[in-house]
Amino acid sequence: MSDLEINPELCSRILAAFIADEVLKVGAQGVVVGVSGGIDSALSFALAVKALGRSASLGVAMPYRKSSPESLADAQLLAAHLEVELMVVDISPQVDAYFATQPTDDRNRRGNKMARERMSVLYDLSQERSALVLGTSNKSELLLGYGTLYGDMASALNPLGDLYKTQVYQLAEHLGLPSNLIQKPPSADLFEGQQDEQDLGFSYAQADRVLFHLVDQRCPEEEVVEMGFPAELVRAVRDRVRRNQFKRRPPLIAKLSARTIDLDFRYPRDWGH
Amino acid sequence: MSPQNRLRVALVQHAPRLGDLGPNLDWTCEVLASEVARGEDLVVFPELSLCGYFLKDLVPEIAVRLDGPEVDRLIKAVGRGSAVVGAVLESPAHRFYNAAILIADGRVVHVHRKVYLPTYGMFDEQRYLAAGSRFEAIDLPLVGGGSWRLGILICEDLWHPSSAYLLSRGGADLIICTSASPGRGVAGGRAELGTAALWGAMTTTYAALFTTFLAYCNRVGFEDGHYFWGGSRVLGPDGGLLGGEAAGDQPMILRVELDRGLLRRMRIAYPLLRDEREDVLWQQLKVEPGDV
Repeated sequence: MSDLEINPELCSRILAAFIADEVLKVGAQGVVVGVSGGIDSALSFALAVKALGRSASLGVAMPYRKSSPESLADAQLLAAHLEVELMVVDISPQVDAYFATQPTDDRNRRGNKMARERMSVLYDLSQERSALVLGTSNKSELLLGYGTLYGDMASALNPLGDLYKTQVYQLAEHLGLPSNLIQKPPSADLFEGQQDEQDLGFSYAQADRVLFHLVDQRCPEEEVVEMGFPAELVRAVRDRVRRNQFKRRPPLIAKLSARTIDLDFRYPRDWGH
Repeated sequence: MSPQNRLRVALVQHAPRLGDLGPNLDWTCEVLASEVARGEDLVVFPELSLCGYFLKDLVPEIAVRLDGPEVDRLIKAVGRGSAVVGAVLESPAHRFYNAAILIADGRVVHVHRKVYLPTYGMFDEQRYLAAGSRFEAIDLPLVGGGSWRLGILICEDLWHPSSAYLLSRGGADLIICTSASPGRGVAGGRAELGTAALWGAMTTTYAALFTTFLAYCNRVGFEDGHYFWGGSRVLGPDGGLLGGEAAGDQPMILRVELDRGLLRRMRIAYPLLRDEREDVLWQQLKVEPGDV
């Protein structure tokens, strides 16, 4: 049995309860999820539907005119499978309007801009519906820093943040999500033909096991190498975790007073709920 | 006081609002009044049941005092029954304790201040709270004139065997453990959370080793992403689960009746407490501990 194997029944029950509890106790009416056609947002959306029901879970697909049509098709397939309506918001006008004045061929800049436009749409819709934005970043992406800060990383609640990518697949299979979504190679879809594992230079299957030993089990790097993982892989993973720490923290505040937010003004987020 | 033969215990597994004393106190008083009216002898609430667990800087803002109005209201609500309620207790010297307040006989008869304050992983209690320094078994006076000898532990206290040992040595026939245990540990595909499995094993083992009743009252709900898994239960002195099963992870009241007959039978069959060699322990503890 692999260390990364989870009991999907237990985990999906806890995550659905988490969504229901955190949404209802703050008085929100539901959640809004950006549905990309990929497995992470599919799982987040499915957990929301399980937790809150169909009418309180809004899925939003936000294609750009050059986005892969298969992604939208997969998002629609998911919505049909979950028997929920999918809202489609084309983000091309605002993205094109911006780059008309700030032209660039840098595909990462363009991709990040699109991710932040989607965030902006989701937060607007969440206000309209008194709903919370549900996150879709898994633990592998968060640790490796493979996400757009204030883009797809932005949310009010993230049910996937403590699940490695390989565990996301286990839950998705357990919940019977469409096999199309489970089988296709993971892609951030920032530009055409992009694949996560090519960008990263290693597979999630490899990285997740290294992360599990480094992060969950706090094994020293040498010990992980002794287990048989390539030294370059272990170093690359560790470097990404360290380099991207800033993405996992709120902005730094320069301390001046006796009580500074997040340094020594410490209150729980669920204060009063 | 002579021991009463039976004790009806109600464990109130619930999810307090975090840092919102007023509504929690109102609700607690309602439950207390209705459980006592039903005939429950002892009503037990989880750790920090009046205020929630991950308080951080809220600690001094939600603390109560033994001579304060909140404790007065609890005493009135308990009436002729008895109860264990969890709160942050501020001392006259302005220290803040994670406390379980035992009310009976129309007064506070005992306060257990958590001795072991976990400060590791997700826990940070020593940053905010003062530690207690005693484990004490006391006689709970009951309305019929009898009593039941018990001791209270709060969550992490139970992870140190000396705590249950000292209560047992003090003659406890019932160990009450209140808890706010955040669930964790899903690696390896187990059907049960790692924490839940360990608590299950510990409570069973302690009840059997100390041939005592053990009532474990854990909370439910979520705070800042932490999942409190519930699982409240009462174990008999044979390590068996009274009432047949533990609670799940939903709010509920678990009501169980303890029977001294079982305690007597088990202590005849397994005279472990009679045979305990405190002299050996005492002798060896006199040796100064070295650096580990």
